Amino acid sequence: MTQATAKSMPSASTMEAPVAPRRNLNRGKLGMACLICSEITFFGTLLATYLFYIGRDISGPYPQDVLDISVAPMKVVFNSIFLLTSSIWIVLAVKALRKGRIKTFACWWLLTILFGVEFLVGTGMEWYGLIVDDGLTIRTNLFGSGFYTVVGFHAGHVCCGLILLTIIFILTLCGYMHKRHTHKVDMLSWYWHFVDGIWIAVFTIVYILGTA
Amino acid sequence: MTILEKPKQTLHTKDPNASFLSYMHQWIATSDHKKLGVMYVTTGLLFFLIGGLEAAMMRWQLAWSGMDVVGPEEFNRLFTMHGTTMVFLVGMPILLGVANYLVPLMIGARDLAFPRLNAFGFWLFFFGGLLLYFSYFGAQGLYGMGSAPDVGWFAYAPLTERTFSRGHSTDYWILGIGISGFGSIATGINLITTILTMRCPGMSLMKMPLFVWLMFIDAILIMIAMPPLTAAQIMLLFDRWLGAHFFDTQGGGSAVLWQNLFWFFGHPEVYILILPAFAYVSEIIPVFSRKVIFGYPLMVAATIAIGFISLGVWVHHMFALGLSPMVNAIFMGSTMLIAVPTGIKMFNWIATLYGGRIRFQTPMLFSLGFLTQFLLGGLTGIMLAVVPFDWQVSDSYFVVGHFHYVLFGGLVFSIFAAIYYWMPKVTGRMLSETLGKWHFWLLFIGFNLTFGPMHVSGMLGMPRRIYTYHPDRGWELWNLLSSIGVLFQIAAILFFTYNVLNSLFKGKKAGDDPWDAWTLEWETTSPPPEYNFPEIPTVHSRRPLWDKKHPEDPDWKYE
Repeated sequence: MTQATAKSMPSASTMEAPVAPRRNLNRGKLGMACLICSEITFFGTLLATYLFYIGRDISGPYPQDVLDISVAPMKVVFNSIFLLTSSIWIVLAVKALRKGRIKTFACWWLLTILFGVEFLVGTGMEWYGLIVDDGLTIRTNLFGSGFYTVVGFHAGHVCCGLILLTIIFILTLCGYMHKRHTHKVDMLSWYWHFVDGIWIAVFTIVYILGTA
Repeated sequence: MTILEKPKQTLHTKDPNASFLSYMHQWIATSDHKKLGVMYVTTGLLFFLIGGLEAAMMRWQLAWSGMDVVGPEEFNRLFTMHGTTMVFLVGMPILLGVANYLVPLMIGARDLAFPRLNAFGFWLFFFGGLLLYFSYFGAQGLYGMGSAPDVGWFAYAPLTERTFSRGHSTDYWILGIGISGFGSIATGINLITTILTMRCPGMSLMKMPLFVWLMFIDAILIMIAMPPLTAAQIMLLFDRWLGAHFFDTQGGGSAVLWQNLFWFFGHPEVYILILPAFAYVSEIIPVFSRKVIFGYPLMVAATIAIGFISLGVWVHHMFALGLSPMVNAIFMGSTMLIAVPTGIKMFNWIATLYGGRIRFQTPMLFSLGFLTQFLLGGLTGIMLAVVPFDWQVSDSYFVVGHFHYVLFGGLVFSIFAAIYYWMPKVTGRMLSETLGKWHFWLLFIGFNLTFGPMHVSGMLGMPRRIYTYHPDRGWELWNLLSSIGVLFQIAAILFFTYNVLNSLFKGKKAGDDPWDAWTLEWETTSPPPEYNFPEIPTVHSRRPLWDKKHPEDPDWKYE
């Protein structure tokens, strides 16, 4: 570089000046990463609130009575396994798309959607049980307020993800998907992984710490 | 080099054949970062006038003891709307608008990374603002009580709960702010992505103009700090509408939690508002001192440090709450710590001025006004960081004086500096220097006359948010001085408004580079064409236009 500098001294056209190399960042993925960051602080706030209110209820039902995973809803664990494994299927789907195998992609993608739907149905059944059998609503006590807000927002994000996944699936069925869309589909898969990751935090705080 | 001819367009001239409707359509349906930037700033300035009028009403009411201009309920609405407007509908849109306009130009890009998301963000802000102000008409609710929100801009629980705030005014506050907050997050994400992926060839991170660096950190803060507010507001909404108990103290909820959540947003928000001010003066001071900014790497490091530390100081808003001495001490320490990087910036600006050939044009005057007044605001800030002192003056007019020195003396002065500096680029026409000087000096006198005495009335014990006071407190003189200052400020704003309108139609033609500046936005025409640059520029240093103007002594040899 010093030589180039010395050479260009007299007339010094700036064209000879050093130019930093370009990096290649995918802007869609970076945007998604930023969205995920801000979502994490959003859920972080809700979860911090939930943690703060653990054990401060002045009336029941208490989380120990209705949520303890060793007692009642083994189905929550079952559900969680469904949601978490769907992350594996979506990885396989993206891998297939990268190789241009559209049909394999469609299969894995559908499996992801079905596992996601199962999770939502499971959440719905759990809520039904809590509302009807245990009499816990968002108005009942602090636990109810926190529980339905945190789990509800997570389920809302799963819903949102499922809608996006379904749009991609419909596009696939119509034959619009191509290898070149890998980046965009991969971006969506990040969102899905994020929804799963948040579930691990929600599960740990609501079902394990909250019932201890 | 110029494949495309430079179009002869200006901001306000239009094709005579085009109808008014199609002209409006051009603006409303646009996703162009420059048009959106102009819309952001214009809307922000309109809200600035509204918020300013609210403040003027309050100062009129407080000018002497026992005045009867507005009643206590109306006074509560005025200070709530004034604070909310100035923070969310003036500060945020103007900083986002200026960044919108300038970031792509400064990094040599043709638009933001997600243009439609950008338009979406603007309209969310716009309608969020309208929704907040619609409360004046629509918030009567079933109870016929209250119109605009009256819970203060930080809306402390449990006064925001349904029990204490009947009607819908608080809901309008939640929804208006929440919606425009979503817009800010969207634009923040957009800015981060743009800055990281769309810089022109040669512009490494350490060759970005400081403006871009500061807006980058600012956007990160927006991305991190806004969602907690949204989450807290949603919880409050659930309390009010679904009967949840988050902030309902009778149901075991915690008012302290709201304070924590609000200020966890609220303090980074203060830095979100002041970093753009740093950004503007960091561009203006070097150009008008004819020197390179002093200590560029240190400025960048200080910015990052401010970004980090600002996330860990929020409890200093709650010193009077009665938290444990340990917690207070920790946050007192972190608050004092943040003065260090801010001080570094201060010294770097001064060092840039030192030995420079200073041109005292209007942008520079406002920048110097920023330096002095922000310094004063910063010093009272350090005083307030000391817990025992804070206990003495907490929630008094001393605090009001302090944060107006930071946000008005700091942010608003730097916004005016930015407007005088960059408006020639936006409209292609200069603002008048004479009127600008009148504007500056009137505002400078008015500002200090209004907010200086507030420190005294605060020390004398005058609490903020009272709508009147007894005559035997010795506060009249100080309040009268404060209120007289408002007259100067109104005069200054009239000068400014006239100056802007006059320059739009009759201003002197600016040319591409009226200030002999060094960053990329001055390379293209004024106003810039839709596509910004006919050919994407390549840069070699932090001052690409210097290199171009002085090929015999380019910057890149020394960086």
